[in-house]
Amino acid sequence: MTPAARRWVFLAGAVGLAAFYLFGLSGLPGFGHYPGPYGFIISRVAVPQTNATGVVSAVNFEYRGFDTVGEEFILFAAAAGMAVVLRQLRGEHEGPPVDEAADRDLPPGSEAVRMVALLFTGPIVLIGWWLASHAQANPSGGFQGGVVIATGFVLLYLSGEFRVFKRLSPADVTDAVEAVGAGGFVGTGLVAVALHLPYLQNFLPRGTVPGAVSSSGTIALISFFVGLEVTAAFIIVAGELLRQTLLVRGGER
Amino acid sequence: MTALASAFAPSAGLADALQVTLLLLVAAGATAVVLVRARVRQVLVLSVYGLLLALLFLAFQAPDVTLSELTVGSVLLPAVILLTLAKVRKREE
Repeated sequence: MTPAARRWVFLAGAVGLAAFYLFGLSGLPGFGHYPGPYGFIISRVAVPQTNATGVVSAVNFEYRGFDTVGEEFILFAAAAGMAVVLRQLRGEHEGPPVDEAADRDLPPGSEAVRMVALLFTGPIVLIGWWLASHAQANPSGGFQGGVVIATGFVLLYLSGEFRVFKRLSPADVTDAVEAVGAGGFVGTGLVAVALHLPYLQNFLPRGTVPGAVSSSGTIALISFFVGLEVTAAFIIVAGELLRQTLLVRGGER
Repeated sequence: MTALASAFAPSAGLADALQVTLLLLVAAGATAVVLVRARVRQVLVLSVYGLLLALLFLAFQAPDVTLSELTVGSVLLPAVILLTLAKVRKREE
């Protein structure tokens, strides 16, 4: 195809896209003008029905719980896929990093980075745990808590403690935690089925005080499982990538 | 808690100004990510862009999305890309 013809094809496509885009925009409700009844109904009934003051969590883990199962398994499949693609093949072995430019001065690791990273690792894991276990009370949840805890592990690496990172997150343990997290979510739904309720129906006592840690039944439980799954998934992804930078391909030596 | 809540829910005019400012900053940030060509520098700009997006979500009263974007967009995604760049560079040499 000549450059001129290619340009005409692009222009036709671009004009079509712009036309459809503008057509779509013209049908949107005005900014800040929510048209549907669904949101209004949810925000009115969610707290009395579920005893969760974190209404977003109530929607994620109860009203639309089945959608969240799907979302969770996107992450599960991504982490599992990464572990499969980056697995250690025959002929590959782990070796110490080779100095590729011995003539260059190696910048020394910054003591400031090391100190700040070590200082923040503990508090960050604590905040993550708090977020994951308070989905029913705050605008937080298992996903947010999980990624925050995983950030703590990345900080551990930043502080130069890759060995500690590896020791604290051996592959067997992270794989198992991820499986327990993903399976726990699905299993919670199946318990409801065993009790002759619809899948993922809230079957635990909802407590008496809205927003208390002990309130909202399965919302808190599911959030905990999601927290486990997300923490493990992100640690697997980060750990696999970190390992890759230290891995030496057999053919390259 | 109410003092904290009211601090994040300023008067309507101020909230609008904040939202418009952040929308413009996010548009500028996204453009900057595309325009920067040096790869490592691009990752750093991407990280700042993630931070801007997080602030935007906070201004639109979605604190749960803010938390996710803060960690995924400004820490984990740049870290993953940096590690990939390090690996690819080692292979290229």
